[in-house]
Amino acid sequence: MTFFTSWHVERADQQINMKQLLAFTKKEFYQVIRDKRTLLIMFGLPIVQIILFGFALTSEVKNVHLIISDNSKDVNTLQIINKIKASSYFSVDESVMGYADIEEAFKQGTVKSALIFPSDFAKDLVHSGKAQVQIIADGSDPNTAKTIVNYLTAIINDYQAQLSPTVGLPYKIIPETRMLYNEEGNGSLNFIPGVMALILMIVCTALTSVSVVKEKELGTMEILLVSPFKPFMVLISKAIPYLALSIANFTVIILLSVYALDVEIKGSILLLFMESILFIITCLSLGLLISNVTASQQTALLISMMGLQIPTLIFTGFMFPLENMPWIFQAISKIIPAHWYYLIVKSVMLKGLGFEGVWKETLILIGMTVVLLTVALKNFKIRLS
Amino acid sequence: MDEEKVITCKSLSKKFGDFYAVNEITFDVNKGEIFGFLGANGAGKTTAMRMLCGLSFPSSGEATVAGFDVYKQQEFIKKNIGYMSQKFSLYENLSILENIEFFGGVYGLDRKEIKERSGLLIQTLGLEKEAKKMVGELPLGWKQKLAFSVAIFHRPKIVFLDEPTGGVDPVTRRQFWDMIYEAAATGITIFVTTHYMDEAEYCNRISIMVDGKVEALDSPSNLKSKFSVHSMDDVFYQLARGASRSAD
Repeated sequence: MTFFTSWHVERADQQINMKQLLAFTKKEFYQVIRDKRTLLIMFGLPIVQIILFGFALTSEVKNVHLIISDNSKDVNTLQIINKIKASSYFSVDESVMGYADIEEAFKQGTVKSALIFPSDFAKDLVHSGKAQVQIIADGSDPNTAKTIVNYLTAIINDYQAQLSPTVGLPYKIIPETRMLYNEEGNGSLNFIPGVMALILMIVCTALTSVSVVKEKELGTMEILLVSPFKPFMVLISKAIPYLALSIANFTVIILLSVYALDVEIKGSILLLFMESILFIITCLSLGLLISNVTASQQTALLISMMGLQIPTLIFTGFMFPLENMPWIFQAISKIIPAHWYYLIVKSVMLKGLGFEGVWKETLILIGMTVVLLTVALKNFKIRLS
Repeated sequence: MDEEKVITCKSLSKKFGDFYAVNEITFDVNKGEIFGFLGANGAGKTTAMRMLCGLSFPSSGEATVAGFDVYKQQEFIKKNIGYMSQKFSLYENLSILENIEFFGGVYGLDRKEIKERSGLLIQTLGLEKEAKKMVGELPLGWKQKLAFSVAIFHRPKIVFLDEPTGGVDPVTRRQFWDMIYEAAATGITIFVTTHYMDEAEYCNRISIMVDGKVEALDSPSNLKSKFSVHSMDDVFYQLARGASRSAD
């Protein structure tokens, strides 16, 4: 018996679908595991991004070099200075300097902030109940400058409040600077939901679209379409391995956040997990849609990376506050799936809300997924006939 | 000889806008036949083949493949045909065995059947040592032979070969055709397109398409005597010369 004469009888049609799906999924896993580049993107990207966003891009300010030029040298200034020293935000430099020296230090960039007490500070405070103090910050780095000014103002106001009952100052300013959901001003917290949305978006969308387009480029897609494997099944089997990998990826992100960045997950992990699976499916559908309209791997990658990463960065609201954007941009953000996922993760992870707090966002995300998936599948069929 | 027809085409056409890519072609292909489907680039071969494979719907006319209608029964057609294209079509980063297993699975074969037949296939091709090697590491000739074997692995009634020997050396091409003969001998119908006229000579019958129409259809020897020439090259040249569509 040779290969050519070993034919068997007709197969039953039942169970064929399951066999096809199994064979395809297996093949897809082999291909992903052997493609070192894909694996690197898949698991390297989240780690790098979490570390970058978590540690490097934090808006928190610590140990800022602060020059204090105390020309009054009285009880009040001493008390304020001690208060500043007691906080962990500043490292105080009291070497007496004139105004010109301070300006020079700013120019050289060795100093980011300065606090200057005028010589009649105590006298003014006692006699008129009003005293001036100058805060100088390096405005070329506006975010840091703003934070530094806020911190210093808060400390001075705090001191004023202490002083009022004894000295009997006619005014009282008590700034309320409590930071909701992030009491310690832990900067990395806000980034985590955004980074999660970003990574899942890029990894799912880019890898799915590239893997489908790759089959088109190599000519294997033609073979699949000529086979009894239904086009719908081709897409589903493409999605399954990437769904599994994305879930693994999501787990890595969560573990990194909890153990490397000390983020506490306040809500239900299960809810977070389910919502993330929903978002992964949204991204997979988007990836399939992109693969339908592109013919080369480069185009698919370009659209997924450039076309999605930048809008995700801008419109989710995790880097730039949406409230400050023109209405047209705010409107655009509403059609970005990542925007809704970001809101959900923020609510569940940082605020500890349950499903009743995110059902609206979830519904919107489900609606988007259904539309994307339908269009992707329909498009795929049209292309065939 | 009582000949069973596995492909029938009657006035089959495909129109793209005002352009007839395939213009009323009519022919039959018999069971176990090696049918050469020739034509210059742009003559409409690929479009015709795509309709027969169930990849696109005809604009008008009738056709059946393996007894199934190309309009309504594409799913059944797909189960009964094999396909191999000029572009190499196995997965380079899967091993020979994994490729066979995959395509066997796609056609719904049993695990046991796949195992049994893949063993025989590897033995027949003499690839015992390479079975676990990635397909990407094989020379082109071997890849083509393997692709053909995979295309007929599920025992189709008809196998469509779209320029299967493109870029392959003459010796390997000859071996490839030996495989085609062997498969045809077991009753598989071979529908093959080629640009090599020596390969056209190997076919039982050939059709030559010019500008979307079948201009000639007969055995190579009959065609040569009809056109009073000595080689298929001259037959093809005489027909293709009159083409109005420029080759792409």
